Amino acid sequence: MTNEHSNVAYQVMWNRLISVVEEQAQALVRTAFSTSVREAGDLSAGVYDVQGRMLAQAVTGTPGHVNAMADAVAHFIRRIGRQNIFEGDVYVTNDPWEGTGHLHDITMVSPSFHNGVLVGFFACTAHIVDIGGRGFGADAASVYEEGLYLPIMKFAERGTVDETLIRIVRGNVREPDQLVGDMYALATCNEIGHRRLTDMMDEFGLVDLAGIAAFILDNSRRAMIERIAALPRQTASGEMTVDGFDTPITLRVKLTIAKDHILTDFEGTSGLDKKGINCPLVYTKAYACYALKCAIAPEIPNNAASLEPFRISAPEGTIVNAVHPAPVALRHIIGHFVPDTVYDALDKILPGVVPAEGAGCLCNFQVSLRPRSDAPAPKNALRSEVLTFNSGGSGARPEHDGLNATAFPSGVMTMPIEATEHAGPVIIWRKELRPDSGGAGKQRGGLGQYMEVGAREGHEFDFQAMFDRVEHPARGRRGGHPGAPTAIAQDDGSPMRGKGKQFVPHGRRVMLSLPGGAGYGDPKDRPEKAVKRDLLRGYITADAARRDYGLSSTDIAEVEAAIRAGKDSA
Amino acid sequence: MKKSAPRLGVDIGGTFTDVVLEAEGQIHSTKVLTTYAAPEDAIVDGLAQVCAKAAITPAEIGQIIHGTTLATNALIERRGARTALITTQGFRDVIEMRTESRFEQYDLNLTLPEPLLPRQMRYTVRERVDALGQILIPLERAEVEALADEIAEGGYDSVAVGLIHSYLNDTHERMIREVLAEKLPEVMVSISSEVSPQMREYERFNTVVANAYIKPLMKSYLGRLEGRLRDEGVGCNIFLMHSGGGIISLESAAEFPVRLVESGPAGGAVFAANIAARYGLDKVLSFDMGGTTAKICLIRNQTPKTSRVFEVARTYRFKKGSGMPISIPVIDMVEIGAGGGSLAHVDSLRQIRVGPESAGSEPGPACYGRGGTKPAVTDADLILGKLDPDNFAGGSIRLDADSSAAALTSVLGEVLDMDAQTSAFGLCEVVDENMANAARVHAVENGEDLSEYTMIAFGGAAPLHAGRLCEKLGIDRLLVPPGAGVGSAIGFLRAPFSFEANRSVYMKLSDFDADKIKGLLTDIRAEATAFVRNCDPESEILSEFKVYMRYSGQGWEIPIILSEEQAMAPRRTSFEQLFEQDYTRLFGRPVAGMDVEITVWSVNATTPPETVARTPETTGAAMAPVCGERHVFDAATGAVVEARLVQRNTMETGQIVQGPAAITEDETTIILPASRRAIRQQDGCIDIRRKTSAEDKA
Repeated sequence: MTNEHSNVAYQVMWNRLISVVEEQAQALVRTAFSTSVREAGDLSAGVYDVQGRMLAQAVTGTPGHVNAMADAVAHFIRRIGRQNIFEGDVYVTNDPWEGTGHLHDITMVSPSFHNGVLVGFFACTAHIVDIGGRGFGADAASVYEEGLYLPIMKFAERGTVDETLIRIVRGNVREPDQLVGDMYALATCNEIGHRRLTDMMDEFGLVDLAGIAAFILDNSRRAMIERIAALPRQTASGEMTVDGFDTPITLRVKLTIAKDHILTDFEGTSGLDKKGINCPLVYTKAYACYALKCAIAPEIPNNAASLEPFRISAPEGTIVNAVHPAPVALRHIIGHFVPDTVYDALDKILPGVVPAEGAGCLCNFQVSLRPRSDAPAPKNALRSEVLTFNSGGSGARPEHDGLNATAFPSGVMTMPIEATEHAGPVIIWRKELRPDSGGAGKQRGGLGQYMEVGAREGHEFDFQAMFDRVEHPARGRRGGHPGAPTAIAQDDGSPMRGKGKQFVPHGRRVMLSLPGGAGYGDPKDRPEKAVKRDLLRGYITADAARRDYGLSSTDIAEVEAAIRAGKDSA
Repeated sequence: MKKSAPRLGVDIGGTFTDVVLEAEGQIHSTKVLTTYAAPEDAIVDGLAQVCAKAAITPAEIGQIIHGTTLATNALIERRGARTALITTQGFRDVIEMRTESRFEQYDLNLTLPEPLLPRQMRYTVRERVDALGQILIPLERAEVEALADEIAEGGYDSVAVGLIHSYLNDTHERMIREVLAEKLPEVMVSISSEVSPQMREYERFNTVVANAYIKPLMKSYLGRLEGRLRDEGVGCNIFLMHSGGGIISLESAAEFPVRLVESGPAGGAVFAANIAARYGLDKVLSFDMGGTTAKICLIRNQTPKTSRVFEVARTYRFKKGSGMPISIPVIDMVEIGAGGGSLAHVDSLRQIRVGPESAGSEPGPACYGRGGTKPAVTDADLILGKLDPDNFAGGSIRLDADSSAAALTSVLGEVLDMDAQTSAFGLCEVVDENMANAARVHAVENGEDLSEYTMIAFGGAAPLHAGRLCEKLGIDRLLVPPGAGVGSAIGFLRAPFSFEANRSVYMKLSDFDADKIKGLLTDIRAEATAFVRNCDPESEILSEFKVYMRYSGQGWEIPIILSEEQAMAPRRTSFEQLFEQDYTRLFGRPVAGMDVEITVWSVNATTPPETVARTPETTGAAMAPVCGERHVFDAATGAVVEARLVQRNTMETGQIVQGPAAITEDETTIILPASRRAIRQQDGCIDIRRKTSAEDKA
């Protein structure tokens, strides 16, 4: 009976830990200053045992952070040194290689003491809007230009914040109040996790986390290995080519499914780019794990043991294993394409599971606004940095259409445009779905979106573009058509590049067509009802209905009449 | 309000319509099956029953207060009117694009909920207001007139208007309403600057669409209901419970039906708040557990906590983000899929999972003997001795413990190598932990420490689980009021007339403008007061002032309550102090050197709360008569114990029951863990506390 009861108690404690990290993440959302955290949820939070093994992490958050952060705590323990870990300490870093891939992510770790004894750690990460340097963008030639670097160090020792550090931070960034506010928010978020853990340990009379850690890790490991063991033991290769900054980049992967692990090797992938789209291995690992876990074991929670069977390797100096001092600010661009690359291989082993290619990387841009320089600016004109996250369409699935304007693989949200326009003198003139951008197929790709971006009267701006898929749209699977490519230009027709900082004069707008996801299966096999519905809703135009799906003119006329009559079917 | 005349509370729920008549201090209640096709039928039926019990005629009733899930259900089941949206050019798809994220990140086959209106029913006009409220592109009347023709051709019954930044400047939305009223007088129009004047376009547009979508349905229902009640001889006014926990007139409800969403649960919170007042409790956690869900709400100073946004119609295991946001003043509650009928299984991690799938009433839990083979919470309760198989629901259903044991063993026990009892224990612990976690997360989001709280439990399944929940949450005191089965309808009778009006206007404390603040709050107060005055021409009307503040740059505001003096003679220093105090309480420490801003202004106009007589409390004298013993599993000690059996209706004021015990009544059973003792208070509440002294533990 006793053993069985401890099993029940451990089940309860595991649930509790998941709830604790969720509370931790919610506290961060509520206290953060950067729109990327508070509106977009670009964050993560987790709890670790004394050895630095992740036991649980919040559901709130984005895969790149989550899986990358799993490794971070071990680096902190090593760098700080166990003898220097005290109650009330808080540690910080934005090291791209020991944190989560670029200087714009601040990771904070706090030791958790129970009755004077170190029992574990809490960690959280947030994407902040500015870290100084050239600003968030791809233009740097090395990480030194990308902003202030904070090696793993103490933010607070025994409860006292390092004011020297705060002064250095304040002196090096464009929005010092926001950044310092966010650092405090991260510290608070760990503190809340720690308090809940203490409550739990009191309630169950625990002196350490060894027992519950073993329970969580053993069960997770066993479950994950069972899943892997059930897969065909095969090897397959996949590849995908994307725009890159100036020259195309090819990602290559070889997947080998073994009895108790999966090897993912990126041998053969393109070398480093001169600009800041290189990806540290930690971030590549994060998204490769994410892709495999979604396909194989979606419901097994992330922790040290469930991630362990995913072995990821890449030769140093490839774009997916960029080493110091490569520029890495926009590492998400390559990182977000890792899942589609992995799926190109996995589809050969497990057909009918993974989606067609989607927009892949988030379609982000940052706008640096300032008073116009070509003519006298109004008195109330101001300087401001505004970052927005936007999504193209996701790839069609074997049984479902792709999702319209929805992020995959990233887990972040877009910001309300009314909130964005309060953050600075920017005006978003348009943000709506882009018809015909979803690749045709038995299942249609998700639609991308149109956006138009300008500034309030009296301002000009630099537009920092972070787009891909201009030259390399998402590829369809099993006869599905590609998604529409990205297009970018100014409203007078002047062309713009998909990546990099570009000046936009007073009165001009940037016109964006964000990419669609690819289709899955032959469009001829798409049920006529679904084609009519797409036409009715304006997801596709009459031309596309005729050309891609062979819808007759009579049917098209019928649908058009139904639209005028306010009907939802034809 | 005629205080002495009998009053009727009516709550239409998913399964039952609860009708409660209060006459001369006596409560008469009945439960009638909800009649979906014509919900008013059940009301008329229930009305006749309670009038007979109280020996009065419908004509003698002085006031009727009604709450209903019809609005919620119409949204969930998509049974609204043919509705069009008119929005700003460039923003046709706001309600479809949502937050552009996936609420479940690991499901490759995720589908997103369809927007209430498909794309072809969303129309745009050329116009634009900026974030300062200035018009960038003026709206041309001719364009609206042309659009009115399209709307006419589409045969729409209802139109929602939602334009960008209209919460700052409503000129264009009003112009559209004016043109439509002229050209299409029979079409109902809802505008977002009136329904939900708050920033964040997705929430605001969705709210105005929801309002427009259910308006024709609710208007017609409320009209029919009034007619039917008049036919029955009812002469009094009929009012509606709203989601914010107050009551509004039938006319206001028909105009803003979205405010009726979740009015039933709101009544439950008001019920708990009233009990809190009887006992002078300032920190209460209300816990309402029924057949499919549990609802948890924080009640501070006898007032349920409110919020400005909530999510309705969640489509994916009650998961946050899988429903649609509605931004209206609402009682802030967490609802999770944990009820008596919630089913358990073992997942791939050999973890027991409970809910949100529910056995419903058909086939019901395995113990109902109607063919259910999966173990439900009720099955576990039965095996652990918490329920008497021969006396469930007043003896109307005989529970079959063997079927429960078989279901528990086959689904849980065989996988986890546990016997039926341990499986039942595991199931109960998991569901109790789920509820406790929901309560904890809710508390932390509100900066509260639950150990200082008292729990008030109602709903059929709550008394079985509340004692264990208190142990888990470190709560020392639990009250189980009488009439818990119809708690929401009783709550309606305790609610004041109230209406909360909101306005989004940005002001930094560094630009503090006392005159502007006074003017703004005066306007909002006038708007809110008008709604209440409409219900009650005489009563005094109180105003509760609230501003939402944050550090400039943050995205989440915290509500700050202002006194009348602070609102009408505003001073920057007092605003600053109030904010810093609350921020520190919530998040540990203030952020030095940051400007603070106010984003939303709100006034809740309300009639004074009914004076609640304090229940004289007894600490207990004699032991209650024990009518038997039963084996009950005590979760905290992990052992089977001999529990005393006590019938609730034989307990007299001041009588004590020592845990472990089961206090039984027709509708439910109160399980008293070994760690607790219970006293019957004068008002019939069972007052359960943690044992303290040594003799208590004897």
